[in-house]
Amino acid sequence: MGSVTATVAPPTDPNVTRWFRTFGAIVASGFRRHATYRQAAVAGVVTNTVFGFLRCYIFLAVAGAAGTVAGYDRAQLGTFVWAGQGLLAVIAIWGWTELADRIRTGEIASDLLRPVHPVTSYLATDLGRAGFASLARLLPPVVIGPFFFEVYLPRHWATPPLFALSVLLAVLGCFACRYLVNATAYWLQDVRGPMILWTLGSGVLAGLYFPLGFLPGWLEATLRYATPFPSLLQVPLDVLVEREPMPTELGLVGLQLGWAVLLLALCRLVQRRAEHRLVVQGG
Amino acid sequence: MAEPGTLTGSWRAYRALLGAQARSQAAYRTSFVVDLVGNMGATVFDVVTVLVLFGVTRELGGFTLRETLVVVGLSSFAFATADLLVGNIERLPRYVRTGLFDAVLVRPLAALPQLLLMDLPLRKVSRAVFGLAVLVFALVSAGIGWTPGRVALAVVAPLAAVVFFAALFVTTATVSFYWVDSGELANSVTYGGRDFTSYPVTVYGGWFRAIFAYGLGFAFVSYHPALALLGRADPLGLPAWVGWASPGVALVAAAVAALAWRVGIRHYRSTGS
Repeated sequence: MGSVTATVAPPTDPNVTRWFRTFGAIVASGFRRHATYRQAAVAGVVTNTVFGFLRCYIFLAVAGAAGTVAGYDRAQLGTFVWAGQGLLAVIAIWGWTELADRIRTGEIASDLLRPVHPVTSYLATDLGRAGFASLARLLPPVVIGPFFFEVYLPRHWATPPLFALSVLLAVLGCFACRYLVNATAYWLQDVRGPMILWTLGSGVLAGLYFPLGFLPGWLEATLRYATPFPSLLQVPLDVLVEREPMPTELGLVGLQLGWAVLLLALCRLVQRRAEHRLVVQGG
Repeated sequence: MAEPGTLTGSWRAYRALLGAQARSQAAYRTSFVVDLVGNMGATVFDVVTVLVLFGVTRELGGFTLRETLVVVGLSSFAFATADLLVGNIERLPRYVRTGLFDAVLVRPLAALPQLLLMDLPLRKVSRAVFGLAVLVFALVSAGIGWTPGRVALAVVAPLAAVVFFAALFVTTATVSFYWVDSGELANSVTYGGRDFTSYPVTVYGGWFRAIFAYGLGFAFVSYHPALALLGRADPLGLPAWVGWASPGVALVAAAVAALAWRVGIRHYRSTGS
């Protein structure tokens, strides 16, 4: 007897166009689904704005009279904070438990019967969500911030497209991390433990509480290369404020790409292992 | 059975609610321990953030690390304790949406204590204990010239700050009586207030400082009591007695919360049929 996976084998017809059409349709439905929660988006923007003020004032006080700290000047700190508050919602670092909930309730069974791999379909939905969040959650703080604080505008022509790519890779990486955390539900009944660890670790290690440059150099480098967290928030923001010369920034985006590929591959591996042992309680 | 409605009857009912909560939460030992540790982690990171900031600067808004830690200690102890006692009111929007709030209202007990006791998050005890440890450490290491007045303030100010944050949790939760989908809006004032009170208000500026520090009263939670304890004059020019005003401000906040809650309940229309 060969091993049986719950995921339906993909159609043998190698029709790439059809694959893209399906993927695009799921992305669009993810966008529409999140676009319905407009009041929640408004509430979220208000909260991000308050925290934007708080963090901005605190970091500017850290920069003090000298006006620079850890390679950021006052304007760069402003951009770091306000773009960071928006980016937080785009990568959706916290609060995603959909997969874990579906595993616990057994609803995951219907996902496994679909002809699209679960990692692929959840990723497509998440890209749609991120697309809506870039409009509804990233733009407002980026527009509000400059009214009250000095901000840094990119000087190199290549920075905006590189930032866009970097954000996309951050979304992929963050999705993969959240998928892995949620997927522990295949093995554990209660995912609160992994979820708490993720919530605690991701914020501080991704550069949300303070730019990681505030840490000693060796610690920042270790975090950057040995963990995926800085690639989720710190790297796109550093690219945006041009903290490093262009070749280094290209290298950092390459690092993000590496993490995204590695983590997504890990998601597929974990999903396959999980399907071998998954027992859905039926009735 | 004790008669509900009488004082002892109500007391017994509340105690039964609390006991049931404690037993159910401790039933899953591993989960409970994970929760205890995880909850403490959040407050630990808030303090670590302050330490990291002082790793790259000698002073923040004119205050040294030891002085700032008094502000941080007051804020994190008060917020964590208030969060433990009444933070659960955050779930009010869900209770309103799902109609569970109707069930609470028809019982012969007051609605607010019931809501708080129905789901008292014992796991948050660890956070409050850590906050207290930070406060005690800060008070001991700040080199305070202790007088009987300052000893009294060191006891009263944290308690007043707890009352203030508790009132804040209740007041912001009542928004959901009017706007069910208010989502994380309350967080901007509750968690935002925690972050605001973790630093000397000299750090902030402009109308943002005016609104948060004096309009909403956050300056009286940690900053002004800390100044009075440290014996420092306010760089922003308020007189020294303001440091002793925190109990008064807390009472005003509690009165506002009580009023908002009463008006909110009266306004409440059930969502269900």
